[in-house]
This record gives sequence, C-alpha cells and structure tokens, in this order.
Amino acid sequence: MTASDVLLQLDGVSMQYGHGETAITALAGVDLSVSRGELVAVMGASGSGKSTLLTVAGGLTPPTSGEVIVEGHWLSQLSARELATLRRRSLGFVFQDFNLIPSLTALENVSLPLELDGWSSKKAHHPARDALGIVELTDRAQHFPSDLSGGQQQRVAIARAVVGGRSLILADEPTGALDSMTGELVLRMLRSRVDAGAGGILVTHDARHAAWADRIVFLRDGRIVDESQPSTVSSLLSGLPA
Amino acid sequence: MSVRQSLLAILNQGPCYGYQLRAEFDRRTGSTWPLNVGQIYNTLDRLERDGLVQKADIDADGQNYVEITEAGRAEVADWLGSPVVRTMATRDELAIKLAIAVTLPGVDIARVIQVQRSATMRTLQELTRTKNATADPESSDQLAWLLVIDSLIFAAEAEARWLDHSESTLSRSRAAGLAAPLPLNTDVPKRGRPARAVQAGA
Repeated sequence: MTASDVLLQLDGVSMQYGHGETAITALAGVDLSVSRGELVAVMGASGSGKSTLLTVAGGLTPPTSGEVIVEGHWLSQLSARELATLRRRSLGFVFQDFNLIPSLTALENVSLPLELDGWSSKKAHHPARDALGIVELTDRAQHFPSDLSGGQQQRVAIARAVVGGRSLILADEPTGALDSMTGELVLRMLRSRVDAGAGGILVTHDARHAAWADRIVFLRDGRIVDESQPSTVSSLLSGLPA
Repeated sequence: MSVRQSLLAILNQGPCYGYQLRAEFDRRTGSTWPLNVGQIYNTLDRLERDGLVQKADIDADGQNYVEITEAGRAEVADWLGSPVVRTMATRDELAIKLAIAVTLPGVDIARVIQVQRSATMRTLQELTRTKNATADPESSDQLAWLLVIDSLIFAAEAEARWLDHSESTLSRSRAAGLAAPLPLNTDVPKRGRPARAVQAGA
C-alpha cells in the first residue's frame, strides 16, 4: 500500500466539549486510517464518540488535539475556504435521514455539490447521471425526494456522496431509517462503491451492518478498545456452496 | 427432531435410497449440517419401526428404496404446521462461560466480552462476505441456502447484541458495587443428590 492509497488518517485525535470539571471527552487519542478500497465500520454504544469521530474526520469540527489528514492534506493547515473546497471535492456524507433537498429532483440533489464547486448545472448533470446509474436509479432522475421510497432516497444520497469522483464516503447510520432488506441493498451499493476504489467509514450500532466492512473498530468512552478483521481462512463455511 | 422429519418430508416427494436422501438433505440445507450415512440409516430404521416409512423396490444397481406411509405423510403435515419449540435445557456455552467468569476473582470480564465480540464479529463478517459473493438465488436450493446463511447471520448478530448488552449491564453493576466475585461457599454440600428443598413454613 502506498501513501496515496491512504485517503484518511486520524493521528492522536482528541475532542473535548466544555472546559474544566464539566468538560466531556468525546474522543481520546484516536488513531485510525482508511485506505482506498477499504470500508471501516465504527461501532460503540450511544455516547461512545462514533458520530463525533465522523464529524471530525469530515472536517466539520476541528479536533481539540491531534491531526486529521485527508488525501494528504493536513486539515489544520487549510484555510476555511480551502477546507470547504476539500470537503466538496473529496468527501461525501451519508446521513440516517438522507438530508436531500425536497424542492430539488434526484438529479439536482446529486448535481448540487458540483454546482457549489462552480460547475454549470448542464455540465454537472452528466456525472450526476453517472452517479445515479451506479445506484441503479437512472429512471428516477427527475423524481423529487417525496416521490421516492426511503431506500431510493438513501441511494440518491450515496450517489451525491460519490459524484464527481469523490473518494471518501462518511456514513452515519445510513440504514437506521430503513427496513432490513432495503438497508441491505443500500449497504450493497456502499460496498460496491468502496470496492470500485473509494474508501469509507460506516458508523453503525448494528453488528449485521458493520459486518459489511473490512475492519470493525469499537469505540468506548472515546477510545478505540478493539479492532476486528475477518480471518483469512473461512473455516466456518467450508461446507457451503460458493 | 428435525433430521427425522426433514428426511420424512423429502421422502414425501417420492421413494429414495440412503445416499440419495443424504444428498437431498445436503443440497436443501447448503451442506451446513452434514449427515453421515450411518445417521441416515439409523433414522430410517426408527422411521420404519414407527410405521412412518416402509421398504420399497430394489433397483438394478441394488439400491434399496424406502417410501413414506400414510402415517408418515400425516407426520410431515403435522411437523410443517407446528412451531419448533426451543427448550431451555440446551446449554449455551457462552452464557455459561460469562456466568461463571463474572463470579470469579481476578477475571477481567470486560476483556472476556471483548475477545468474544471480536470473534463473533469475525464470524459475522465471514458469513456476510460469503452471502455477498453469491448472486441472487435462481433456484429453490439456492434460496434454501440463502435462508440458512441468513439464519446464521441473524444468530451471530443476536450474540453480538447480547454481548453489548452484557457489557452495559456489567458496567452498571460495577458502578453500583454489585459485581464483586463470589467466594466459595464454606457450607459444603453433602455428597449424593441434593436434599429436596424444605417448603417455607413447613
């Protein structure tokens, strides 16, 4: 693995809210990296620091200490404008409640990050259509979010997260509002984007969904307490047909 | 017992011989719980004794076919129409391990849970990968396999959730000062079967 394969690196990242005796430590010295083609699940109880980790990794909040490095850029050294540009070009967020703009069509929602980055809407529609194709929603491009099912809305959100070659997907409980089968379809889409060369963090409290990841990190009280990786030998399933 | 009824249900499709029954059971359950041929013949002997199957033809290759009886068909219908009752008597190795560990001095129970959760998650990852590597089912034996693997996935998920829950329970108990180890009881039990408990007020 080369340095350029590492999309995200957290080095000794700590995050404290408040000061003095009332200070709350949300993250305490977290080291984590995500490479191209890798999906890392972050698990932990409520209040363990999962969502804080995602907002810090996505440059939405600067950490109290430590460094966040996205595609080789040290976020602490970027101006607000540079940080906003990096976020638009490199990072895609997927939230539990989809966060689509109701007055825009699926295609317009997916085009939006590119248009905010200065693309004309005509030019932005082309990669947006490609992204909708990836999540198998080409035929829903002109639909408004209210005309789409929850699973379809989340697939639009994934298309928005990867449009224009953005490579790092940060997903916060993306299946939380979906039924079991629809959730699985959304994870399958997420997984296939990562297999195609993106990288991702999947925050979830659901073990079955975390199992889609290559690595699973457990957070407790803001610290990584354990990491799981699948074993290389599948002894368990030797009898099952492939 | 499900092997007995499963074989009977397969025989309900038509007469089979021993090896054939084993192959049919395997392909319908994704070879997840392989049976040896000895088990098959023992089960067939008992089914015959109970009047649920009977010997049928012997083919040119010398295979002894067995066919289902009317009583056997009724048993299949009864099996499919009734719930599977899980008995509390089945020992759960992990529950026993945690129950004992929590009573012992000097055991880092959080670590025990963590080690187990990592193993459970690895299992879950392997199952998920295997499932994902498989295309959508195109035949009923593939569909049967999918149901089996989903059952293993949901069982592993339930174990992971139970471990999370146990961890929280322990942490709350520890905070309340309840998680002290259990010393050996100096009131040594007498040999032999324990005496029947005396009824209160007797």
